Amino acid sequence: MAFPLRRGARRVRTNPTASSLGDVLFRLGSGAAGVVLLVVLGLMVLVLVVSGEQSMRTFGLGFLGNNIWDPNTSQFGALPFIFGTLVTSAIALLLGVPISLGIAIFLVELAPAAVRTPLAYVVELLAAIPSVIYGLWGIFVLVPVMSNYVDPALQSTLGFLPIFQGAIYGYGLLTAGVILAIMIIPTVAAISRDALLAVPQSQREAALSLGATRWESTRMAVLTYARSGIFGAVMLGFGRAAGETIAVTMVIGNANEIPRGFSLLAPAQTLSSLIATNIREAFGLQASALIELALVLLLVTLIINVFARVMVWRVFGERGETA
Amino acid sequence: MQLNRGSRRRIKNAIMMGLTVLCIALALIPLGSILISVAGQGASVINVEFFTATQPTPCSPNPLTTCTQGGIAQAIIGTLLLLAYSCLVAIPLGILVGIYLAEYGKGPWVLAVRFLADVMTGLPSIIFGMFIFSTFLLVFPGRAFSLLAGTLALAVLVLPFVARTTEEALRLVPNSLREAALALGVPKYRVTARVVLSSAREGVITGAVLAMARIGGETAPLIMTGFGNTFISTSLDQPVGAMSLLIFYNAASPYSNWNALAWGAALILVLMMLGLSIAVRVLLRRRFRERRIMA
Repeated sequence: MAFPLRRGARRVRTNPTASSLGDVLFRLGSGAAGVVLLVVLGLMVLVLVVSGEQSMRTFGLGFLGNNIWDPNTSQFGALPFIFGTLVTSAIALLLGVPISLGIAIFLVELAPAAVRTPLAYVVELLAAIPSVIYGLWGIFVLVPVMSNYVDPALQSTLGFLPIFQGAIYGYGLLTAGVILAIMIIPTVAAISRDALLAVPQSQREAALSLGATRWESTRMAVLTYARSGIFGAVMLGFGRAAGETIAVTMVIGNANEIPRGFSLLAPAQTLSSLIATNIREAFGLQASALIELALVLLLVTLIINVFARVMVWRVFGERGETA
Repeated sequence: MQLNRGSRRRIKNAIMMGLTVLCIALALIPLGSILISVAGQGASVINVEFFTATQPTPCSPNPLTTCTQGGIAQAIIGTLLLLAYSCLVAIPLGILVGIYLAEYGKGPWVLAVRFLADVMTGLPSIIFGMFIFSTFLLVFPGRAFSLLAGTLALAVLVLPFVARTTEEALRLVPNSLREAALALGVPKYRVTARVVLSSAREGVITGAVLAMARIGGETAPLIMTGFGNTFISTSLDQPVGAMSLLIFYNAASPYSNWNALAWGAALILVLMMLGLSIAVRVLLRRRFRERRIMA
């Protein structure tokens, strides 16, 4: 009885030297892995800066303000694509955020428990569809719908506004914005839903007990409470819309210029769609300019995402305190 | 007057709540339309030739010429290779990062790495393609359009995601399990590898499956790395086909038989994504059931 116990005890005493070696190795290994992400991000910025250096040296800061992109005269400016990115993202947010909020409110405040989970799952399916399939659907389904019905209807009712004037192609800023709106819905809806779920039940009960209707309690007690989380969700949607490439490339029409009168019906180009359509044939100064555009896109989306994550993290912190 | 105001409020309530239902419908219409058009248009080309042949010669616009349907064998093989290789790189490395975040990291540094991982998951995928493309331009010029470059682009893209899902899975393991193992004198690295990692197995696998779903349909980072190929190629230093690239280029082409192949590839890709998504559901359900039994 005593013998095996002593043997066991001895093993525990002798093991620490061996185990600490294993521990040190494991700690070093995982510690090195912990640095990997930082190294990758650092390398990304470094490599893009080095490869885009020729363009930066040639055009300087004027690159961002120049609205001509012409490979024949080696004139490269980023303005039309910054414009395209901002306009398509703005359309996406304008259309996509209210719909996403409606979905989140329905799922949290209204839906019976039986439909809540399956419905949330179905909305999440929108995120599982690869963006190239959105693009394919865009070319063969959405573009004809836009050019036959939506664009003419807009032109006949709001045609006095310059943004709805000009020839109708179906391919253009508005179509790209609509596709982006659909694509950001799952992201914005899911995080808004989490933000609404984080609102304490007592908020709702307080509003309802004062005689508020469902909608009044949602608007005054729930949405107000969850606003920073919703704002984070909107920012994440903005980041996604600004960086989305393939679906936009397939339906935006790929014209390297700011449309006349800023028409939303005209073909244009975003930062990412320009890269996608030109990088394979580009060399020399043009390749360098495209890489500089990628760097601009990286920095812009990095800032948006940092901002969005701070907002979202703050909500999760709040939830931790109240729970 | 008071009754009036009350009914106005009730009507407003009904309208707003009705609008939220409308929002659900507005999201489901495009989803339904996409699934129906992909299934309808894609099904017509699914046959043996579709899986065994490669890109056909384009159909001339002249309706009298007969043209072959062709297939997407090169793209299926390419997508599978890209998926397998990039997962081989990203999943072990991502799991290590996740272990660091959940088990070893302390203080503000681990918070910074986690934040970084979250931010990097939100970056546009084309950036990762441009990163690898530019790196190859600097280091191996002339080899940027290759399976190796495509693999690296996808691996870097999905790495932060794998790290975060692993971390989340490890955090679900109750601390009492770690404490029990440590109290028995098991060294920490063995606790991590044998106790924590294996109890979180299903969560970690779920993360890996989600990672595959994330990169299986990626197109943008492959444009300037994997490049696409109309012939079957499996060598690391040659351009490689991918279903997503095939859809992108064939959809924009004017040839009807190429368009049809794009729809077929889209159907295969959607089925793949749905399969992975269902696999995740099954895995998650099993995990929850297990935990319920434990509790």
